[in-house]
Amino acid sequence: MSIQIWTWILVGITFALYIGIAIWSRAGSTKEFYVAGGGVSPLANGLATAADWMSAASFISMAGLISFNGYDGSVYLMGWTGGYVLLALLLAPYLRKFGKFTVPDFIGDRYYSNVARSVAVFCALLVSFTYVAGQMRGVGLVFSRFLEVDINTGVIIGMIIVLFYAVLGGMKGITYTQVAQYCVLIFAFMVPAIFISIQMTGNPIPQLGFGGVDENGVYLLDKLDKLHKELGFAEYTSGSKSTLDVFFITAALMVGTAGLPHVIVRFFTVKKVADARKSAGWALLFIAILYTTAPAIAVFSRTNLIETVNQKEYAKLPEWFSNWEKTGLIEFNDKNKDGKVQYLANANKNELIVDKDIMVLANPEIAQLPNWVIALVAAGGLAAALSTAAGLLLVISSSVSHDLIKKMINPKISEKGELVAARLSAVVAVCVAGYFGINPPDFVAATVALAFGLAAASFFPAIVLGIFSKRMNKEGAIAGMVIGILLMLFYMLKFKFDWFGGGTKEDWWFGISPEGFGTVAMFVNFIASVIISRFTPKPPTEVQEIVELIRIPSGAGEAHNH
Amino acid sequence: MPINKSKKYWKKNLKYLTILLSVWFLASFVFGILLVDELNAIRFGGFKLGFWFAQQGSIYVFVILIFIYIKLMNSLDKEFGYNK
Repeated sequence: MSIQIWTWILVGITFALYIGIAIWSRAGSTKEFYVAGGGVSPLANGLATAADWMSAASFISMAGLISFNGYDGSVYLMGWTGGYVLLALLLAPYLRKFGKFTVPDFIGDRYYSNVARSVAVFCALLVSFTYVAGQMRGVGLVFSRFLEVDINTGVIIGMIIVLFYAVLGGMKGITYTQVAQYCVLIFAFMVPAIFISIQMTGNPIPQLGFGGVDENGVYLLDKLDKLHKELGFAEYTSGSKSTLDVFFITAALMVGTAGLPHVIVRFFTVKKVADARKSAGWALLFIAILYTTAPAIAVFSRTNLIETVNQKEYAKLPEWFSNWEKTGLIEFNDKNKDGKVQYLANANKNELIVDKDIMVLANPEIAQLPNWVIALVAAGGLAAALSTAAGLLLVISSSVSHDLIKKMINPKISEKGELVAARLSAVVAVCVAGYFGINPPDFVAATVALAFGLAAASFFPAIVLGIFSKRMNKEGAIAGMVIGILLMLFYMLKFKFDWFGGGTKEDWWFGISPEGFGTVAMFVNFIASVIISRFTPKPPTEVQEIVELIRIPSGAGEAHNH
Repeated sequence: MPINKSKKYWKKNLKYLTILLSVWFLASFVFGILLVDELNAIRFGGFKLGFWFAQQGSIYVFVILIFIYIKLMNSLDKEFGYNK
């Protein structure tokens, strides 16, 4: 059977599964809509968190990023997993004990202020919208390559599916679809990886395989380092970013991960504090399966790519090459007119441009795996993009219906009315996300880094201080969040968008890239919060008592708010 | 006295956090980034050790850390009667 028929079958089956789950798990109350009724088991929550977290970027782009950046790509591996340690130890259990529905809920109540709540809502919306646009684009990309439909049609099909289960099921529907989506995406990621690992090193475990030897007994990584040297690239295992920048980017991604509202909110869905800890453990374990495999795929596909195309005659290249040329993700320009592909670091002589996204998508084709494996990758990419999009859409809709309407505009709204508002805002959010997916603003790529920087610079210090410092008051927290966000925005706008006079790499403060600057903005937030809180009144006694209560996993303050 | 009890619990929790987060910092920022060149001089099968920590080892350590934390906190909750 052809790749395309396989793809329609596999995508069709998985989509039917998601819709079936959505119908089975409709939400009947706001509690079910926002936090799945608070009765999700830690294992299911771990699976759902993993799918929620691993986006189109993790599934499609990350291995490719590592493949092209070698050691420098480690920032994503450590950054996007290390954040879970912070989440498990510093945030999740206490926020679960606090027992509300959203992150702005915590900020608003802990800092006894609707100003603080508004700032938090603003950040949550900004972070989630920048993120979700990229997911919709990922859906369109997969559809256009594997099902040969227009990229816009792909986005619309994706929108309808997400609309169906996010609007109908809320968090409850999303949680159980995400469990299914994790299974699909991890299977789709691992099968080709295992195949290729066996092919190249004889070892079925990719994590060990990429430290193994090829058929000539040469260590794969040594071979790749040598190939890189020959072609003029930086050594694969050493990288070229400065140590300081690698340090700051990693820290910003870790702290940003721990501060992302759509991840944090998953920990509100379990029964008790001990379950929140447990599900953080499961989540990271499930994420680690993909994240430890990705660097192996990076090495396999990099080696494969160089060996398959470099110095080979263009006319004799395998079929996948022309397939991907059509999508514009591979470009070949025979500069020296010798009919062969020269892949070199020197931009003037290099004849091949390869988009990072195809390293995962085309990898099974490059390795000549069976058609059903190639189709599986398409289903997996869709699962990854849809699960993350749904999680983000829920944050957006609950920010509007719960934090804005219920808590600020119309506190008297009925339970039913709030549920209708939640569903309506989910519909609007899907449409906005779809619009950005079809007309992607060129800042999407740049703003994903901004999303992490913003989360690191705003939420993380405010939440951590809210738990670990009884003395922290609203003046300190609000000032910290505002200063952190503004500083981060300023730096990003200056160096990514050329505002405020712009600037180049040489002008970076202390040589820190905009991606790593979230770490600096976070420290500034911490320092500003602490200093300002010392010169302003203590928080009221009842707030100090709340802090006492959330530090203890059980007791009189057992989480509830109804 | 309940106040004393919750203070003791919190102090012990903070002690665990300090130890676990030090390991977290060591495995990623120290071994994977700051000392990566020094550790790369050591081979670990087909891997240079620093590179391995940055792309594999640190992630394994993170997972183990959280499960140790779960275990420590569960027994701490039990000890203080906060597990019901």
